[in-house]
Amino acid sequence: MAPAAPKSGDAIFASVDRVNAELFTLTYGAIVRQLLTDLEEVEEVNKQLDQMGYNMGVRLVDEFLAKSNVTRCVDFRETTEVIAKVGFKMFLGVTASVTNWDSEGTTCSLILEDNPLVDFVELPDNCQGLHYCNILSGVVRGALEMVSMKTEVAWLRDMLRGDDVFELQVKLLKQVPEEYPYKDDE
Amino acid sequence: MQFFGGTEISPSPPAPTASGNNAHMLYIFNRNGVALLYREWNRPLKTLSPQQDHKLMFGLLFSLKSLTAKMDPTSADKGNLGVPQLPGQGCSFHSFRTNTYKLSFMESPSGIKLILVTHPKTGDLRDSLKYIYNLYVEYVVKNPLYSPGTPISCELFNKTVDQYVRGLG
Repeated sequence: MAPAAPKSGDAIFASVDRVNAELFTLTYGAIVRQLLTDLEEVEEVNKQLDQMGYNMGVRLVDEFLAKSNVTRCVDFRETTEVIAKVGFKMFLGVTASVTNWDSEGTTCSLILEDNPLVDFVELPDNCQGLHYCNILSGVVRGALEMVSMKTEVAWLRDMLRGDDVFELQVKLLKQVPEEYPYKDDE
Repeated sequence: MQFFGGTEISPSPPAPTASGNNAHMLYIFNRNGVALLYREWNRPLKTLSPQQDHKLMFGLLFSLKSLTAKMDPTSADKGNLGVPQLPGQGCSFHSFRTNTYKLSFMESPSGIKLILVTHPKTGDLRDSLKYIYNLYVEYVVKNPLYSPGTPISCELFNKTVDQYVRGLG
């Protein structure tokens, strides 16, 4: 019996458990507010959000692979397409688009026009350096690391700072092939 | 902790056909060779200590994967045997059978390897392995008390896996 074909993002989104969108947005907002109160430095909060996202991404990738049935992606292009269309749809309910490929095919941008994390949010003046959605960059980085790709993820455009879309730049640093973990003499 | 009922797991489990345990052992490894789970239901002959046994199993599959990829007649890659594979390259093997047992294997792109040893007349277990992978996601990955990369000690997961495997034809 042949393995099942990969499901589209919409199909999986319809089949997973969902929470109320406002609850999600407000809970995330509460987390960021609490981090700002605890850590006070905007840079520290950015780093902490990224670390939290990384820890989430490391686990999230297994759920994604199990529910979406995708086979191994052949190259980085296919990987980013799958993240934008299936991954984002499955977990956030919105799709992203992939643009701005560089000549070697190792850097691209994920464009999010609609982002459920930032509904109702306005950044006050004393938090202008804050990357409010930094958890997303951590998630992408963590998930890709578990499929053997070391990446650098950064925000280029941020709607909370006045730009028109969210642009997340994903740069592939290297693909780490699987190494035999045991030493030969043991 | 997320509960199992109500979530649609794909594929839905095959209906239990035979009673009694058909499977001998189950191993789950992560990409670093750590044995996350080892379940044994029917194993009369034991020759090695558990650590050696796990290492042997992991090493066997690692080498088999590499070998099957290199011997692939349809691939254009001319790399040397033993060179570490990039993910995405190479074909993937899924089972081998001897006269006394059948070993079924599934590897996820994140490096989680599931190995199920059953009796030799068992059919294609790929869907069953996928279902066990889904169980792993629901009970282990989503469990906040579990740290990734350590052996699994979730009783509920063990029980569910036992129950599922018992129902495999």
